[in-house]
Amino acid sequence: MITELDRRKFLSHSIAALGATWTATHWPAVVLAAEHAHHAALFPENQKWEFFTPEEAKEVEALASCIIPSDGSPGAREAGVVYFIDRALLTFAVDDQKTYRQGLPEIQKRLHELFPEASLFSAATSEQQETVLASLDEKEAKNAPRRPRGNFRPNPAAQPLFEVLRIHTIAGFLIDPEADRKGNRGGVGWALIGREPVHSFQPPFSAIDKVYPGWQPAASVAAAKDADQK
Amino acid sequence: MKIDQPKYKASDAVDFVIVGSGAAGGTLAKELSTNGFSVVVLEQGPYIHQSDFSHDEIKVLQEDQLTNHPKLQPNTFRKTPQDRAKPQRALVYGRAVGGTSNHFTANFWRFHEIDFKERSKIGAVAGSTLTDWPITYADLEPYYTKVEWQVGVSGLAGASPFDPPRSKPYPMPPLPVKASGIIFERAARKLGWNPFPAPMAILSQPRAGRSACVNCGFCLGFGCEVGAKSSSLASMIPLAERSGKCEIRPNSYVHKIEVDERGRATGAVYFDEKKNVHLQKAKAVILSANGAETPRLLLLSASRRFPDGLANSSGYVGKNLMFNTAAVSVGVFREQTNDYKGYAVSRVLHDFYELDAQKVGFYGGGGMDARFDMTPIGFGIGGLPPGSPRWGTDFKAALAHNWTRTFEIFGHGTSLPVENNSFSVDPDVKDAWGLPALRLTYKDHPDDLKLAHWLADRSMELLDAANAKEKWTFPIDEQQFGVHLLGTCRMGDDPKTSVINSDHQTHDVKNLFLCDGSSLVTSGRGQPTMTIMALAFRAADRIMALAKRGELA
Repeated sequence: MITELDRRKFLSHSIAALGATWTATHWPAVVLAAEHAHHAALFPENQKWEFFTPEEAKEVEALASCIIPSDGSPGAREAGVVYFIDRALLTFAVDDQKTYRQGLPEIQKRLHELFPEASLFSAATSEQQETVLASLDEKEAKNAPRRPRGNFRPNPAAQPLFEVLRIHTIAGFLIDPEADRKGNRGGVGWALIGREPVHSFQPPFSAIDKVYPGWQPAASVAAAKDADQK
Repeated sequence: MKIDQPKYKASDAVDFVIVGSGAAGGTLAKELSTNGFSVVVLEQGPYIHQSDFSHDEIKVLQEDQLTNHPKLQPNTFRKTPQDRAKPQRALVYGRAVGGTSNHFTANFWRFHEIDFKERSKIGAVAGSTLTDWPITYADLEPYYTKVEWQVGVSGLAGASPFDPPRSKPYPMPPLPVKASGIIFERAARKLGWNPFPAPMAILSQPRAGRSACVNCGFCLGFGCEVGAKSSSLASMIPLAERSGKCEIRPNSYVHKIEVDERGRATGAVYFDEKKNVHLQKAKAVILSANGAETPRLLLLSASRRFPDGLANSSGYVGKNLMFNTAAVSVGVFREQTNDYKGYAVSRVLHDFYELDAQKVGFYGGGGMDARFDMTPIGFGIGGLPPGSPRWGTDFKAALAHNWTRTFEIFGHGTSLPVENNSFSVDPDVKDAWGLPALRLTYKDHPDDLKLAHWLADRSMELLDAANAKEKWTFPIDEQQFGVHLLGTCRMGDDPKTSVINSDHQTHDVKNLFLCDGSSLVTSGRGQPTMTIMALAFRAADRIMALAKRGELA
């Protein structure tokens, strides 16, 4: 029987084996050599979607991939963010179904307004995609930081689908890979930010605490400094 | 391990029914049951065991696995009593066995002597009902020590020159220091301040069958899956259950306290999981439902005899709400701090605990800590500096760079009690059980906002001294949302201006007791849970003394 601990150990070992350093140095080669095949494996033709139509899924994947691109290291696509969102829309994000269903055609419309020759967002050039996204992200929404407490609520200043999609993409990229939500596949999101894929750590946690001599009362610190100066 | 609990019949009057199983309710249940009293604890949330805690940010933070549900339990908010309240989430509290102590940060500072007698020292503050406690720090000191030893607090006695007197050292050394704590300590000393190892309600060593902290990095907002965080669930509830005298009854939503023709409480009326209604009879009733739900329950228990709500002859039930002032600044550093590893806070300072109002121009005081309490998704959405890219290659690069190089300086401070600031029941909005929703009325006292800015300025000074590469402060706005729910059924000697006496007994109903954040008279400097637990230990002694003298019959 595989216990929870075994599962965690297995996950941590397998992800550690493909750690951030390995991925960073090897990813460009992987992309060049096998992007198409890799993509096909991640996105099989016969995929059964829980909420999206196959056509919608393709557009959502392209959008998520603009938010966290696969630019030399794994991005939203490799993390399986579209699968996370597909599941999300039947679970914690049921209220956002309409936002996607109505928002996707609007994004398509925006693409046609800006680039009449383009067909689908997913088929547009990356420059065209970025121009469309920039037009959807309201300027006043420009990363107003907020303390991430309680719920992950959209920023009302941005186009509704864009902002919901942005939050869902980040969530699908950085969710605990052990959570049963289909996101952060292979732990690539955590590998990118440098979060080791385990759930217990021992000090030292960094080069800074490694060389810390231990807590001393202020008086003895001052005395030691005085002694140094003499 | 599943422990056999007694099953009491609702129709049999137990000695005590306790509403709520958090920091106060769990502690009272343990004290009363291990002293031989029969106890039923009615908890509105589920019984989630530590093995079922998870690091799934969606389940815990978005789906409110451990906390009140905004859809089932809507709130409304207004700034002043003249406004019409609008639906919006107004508070987060723990809604599971263990209450808010399951997911708190576990900063465990004792209140200082000044917190109990500030009104006498500084005089009246315009626009505030600031008053002294009917008890002093000395009255509570033995119970703070009890919390440290029985619940489990790690720390270093004598490390802060501002610490109040204590009768015993901490039972465990401080937790291992984090880079944020070291950077904070060095910068603070450059500025002439006095940082010290943070007292935390987290085990630094295995104790009482519980594991030491494993530094998983999911602390604030999450339950501890190894039981190292000294929640009521990890520390008190198991002892209550092992007494054989205490039944923890989860999914039991109390909505009325029953009172007989003599004006004595006879029990608590609650919905079970299937919304069937029961009356649990008891010889005495203790409400530890938190600083929002305790006053709401009293207001919902209005009757012909108590038309303004039970135990509300003062009119103070729900009023004088204090949230604590908070200011959070953030620094990004050149070197990796890896602060996601471990619990939140390793260094604190109390140099600004008592500010001189003449000098700074406002009343107040606070403490500061260095922490990283963000988890990955929350960080990705809101943890980058202002003006950072929100998507694309540069956004991704900023995530990759900053996660291991960011931490926060958190300024915690006083809130002044203001009579209009309150929890009450909304006249229009109902919860999923058809009961009036919680309505928040809140407008910060101007001094509280000045204090928040003042603390943020000190944090920015500290980040400068620490040579942070980038630094900013989260916007300081008027508060419309709280997690520290304090002062709403305050303790006092005068029945006209307080709800309970210093024994936690309501002035109006002799066998009805209130003990939780609502009992606090002042807000302290931002870390209320330790004081709530100390009050609960003390309340248990007082209540047992009354019971033994036959004064509850």
